[in-house]
Amino acid sequence: MSHKLRTRFWQVLGNAFLLFAVFLTVMPYIYMVTSSFKPGSELFSIPVRIFPESLYLGNYELLLRETDFVRWFLNSVFVSAARTALSIVISIMAGYAFAKFAFRFKGVLFVLVIAMLTLPIYVLIVPLYTMMITFGWTDTYIALILPVAAQAIGVFLARQYLLSIPDEMLDAARIDGAGEWTVFWRIILPLSKPVIAVLGILFFTTTWNDFVWPLVVLTESRMFTVSLGLPTLLGPYSQEYGAILAGSFLSTLPIAAVFLVMQRRFVEAITAGAIKG
Amino acid sequence: MYREETQATQEHGAGKPPGERRPTAGWWRRNQRAYTPYLFLLPFFSIYCVFMLYPILDALRLSFFEAGGFGTPEFIGLGNYRQLLEDPRYLKALENTTIYTLASIFILSPIALILAVTIRSFVVPWATFKSFYRLTFFLPFITSLVVVALMFNVVFDPNYGLLNAFLTSIGLPQLGWLRSPDLALPSVIMVGIWTYVGINSLYFLAGLQNIPDELHEAAAVDGAGRVKTFFYVTLPLLKPVILFVVVQATIFSYQLFELPFLLTGGGPSDATLTLAIYLYETGFRQFDRGYASAIGYSMALIAIAIAATQLYLYRRLER
Repeated sequence: MSHKLRTRFWQVLGNAFLLFAVFLTVMPYIYMVTSSFKPGSELFSIPVRIFPESLYLGNYELLLRETDFVRWFLNSVFVSAARTALSIVISIMAGYAFAKFAFRFKGVLFVLVIAMLTLPIYVLIVPLYTMMITFGWTDTYIALILPVAAQAIGVFLARQYLLSIPDEMLDAARIDGAGEWTVFWRIILPLSKPVIAVLGILFFTTTWNDFVWPLVVLTESRMFTVSLGLPTLLGPYSQEYGAILAGSFLSTLPIAAVFLVMQRRFVEAITAGAIKG
Repeated sequence: MYREETQATQEHGAGKPPGERRPTAGWWRRNQRAYTPYLFLLPFFSIYCVFMLYPILDALRLSFFEAGGFGTPEFIGLGNYRQLLEDPRYLKALENTTIYTLASIFILSPIALILAVTIRSFVVPWATFKSFYRLTFFLPFITSLVVVALMFNVVFDPNYGLLNAFLTSIGLPQLGWLRSPDLALPSVIMVGIWTYVGINSLYFLAGLQNIPDELHEAAAVDGAGRVKTFFYVTLPLLKPVILFVVVQATIFSYQLFELPFLLTGGGPSDATLTLAIYLYETGFRQFDRGYASAIGYSMALIAIAIAATQLYLYRRLER
């Protein structure tokens, strides 16, 4: 009996601890969402209240009508989708070469890929920016998509996954007269669906949330992504906290939607490097 | 091989005299196995060479030059690196970044471990609770750091923020948080912990799930209590994951940029200046490309040193 009681005691205590952590985690989100529906007078009122007195939509009107937010949002959608698609294709192709072929310099080339996993982007950001100026690519979509499309983690995960596909399957197709491209297009790609999903989530999230690279190559507001645009609303002359929180909330929705639809894959995607590495 | 050839003849030679076949087609049929891997690697490595490898080497070259403004760069050997060692702002950035890293290792990682062990233990026997905790702790990591910073700007606001409202309600004096030189760095560290503790507890959780239950049962049969089991069974088996988490935390802590940049801009009076922010200011505000490249390479050296240590420790763990 006392043993059962002790178990209960620890269960209550442990879950209280975890729920407190949940509370700390969720609180800023709740505050962000509720405050986005408050007029300025309520936002800056003492004592601080969590929930608004009434549903005020002025912040959203201001955000959508008087800032470039819609444009930023569309920029982010386009850039994230394009960069994700491109990164997936080249990752799977390279991963396939590393997983299923024997060729000269394979080891050296793979080390070159792996070396990029830990190298900070800050090492190359200054010359890369100079290059963008030379190409005339500042304030363009291509600068946000192409130079950052080669992601080592993508090649690594694709290779890891494709290693598990039996060679016999590919050889059978070759004996039936399929060319190498057909083997890739008809067999490898359809079989790669799970790793494509993982890479898609990974690349889309990181591109959507990317701040450093857009900060460097973009100067014109109409080219901004959401991540770059939102903080500019917090300028020295405008303190539109309400609109900023509304924008933060809206910009989180796409990722949150993907997260809710594909929870398991999502966790797998983000923790993939850890478990397989 | 024979069948391939006949099919090639059927495809390309249909209705045409043999002499008019494309001469390359047969050659390609015979040699495609040898060239295919290179063709599949081509897109990745083209982008890689142009936009990564070349800039990395260019940065190395630049770091040996006095390359400020638009004048002709002048070779100064290790001059930039020597200057780093005497630059008070660089040393301040190094110090701040190191403090943040130490906090990641000695505050963040243990909290993450405790959370993971609690979720995994008998304390939470219900699967729905387990996945609820897991999903919640995952949220901050997928939220854009920009949104995190904007949220905490409001939370830390000295006049209208949640934190000071809480302090007032329990009768404590209000604090300046991000605007105070003493509290700015601890505040940024708090936001960093909030952002990354969840994902690290998920890493630990994945590691804990790889430990078979039988081991714990065996320890219990041998009369070991829960605390003893944790320290003598669980913790030693968790070493590789602990090493992974600590190394990841260290590498990424040294690259800290977004949070302090957006929360404080590196201030007040450089209290939250990090290596990456200093590089950004040097390279993109003062346009001193040579010095910025040297800062970048110092960051790369730190990352390489950490990765090498990790490799060494892994080898020792495996033995």
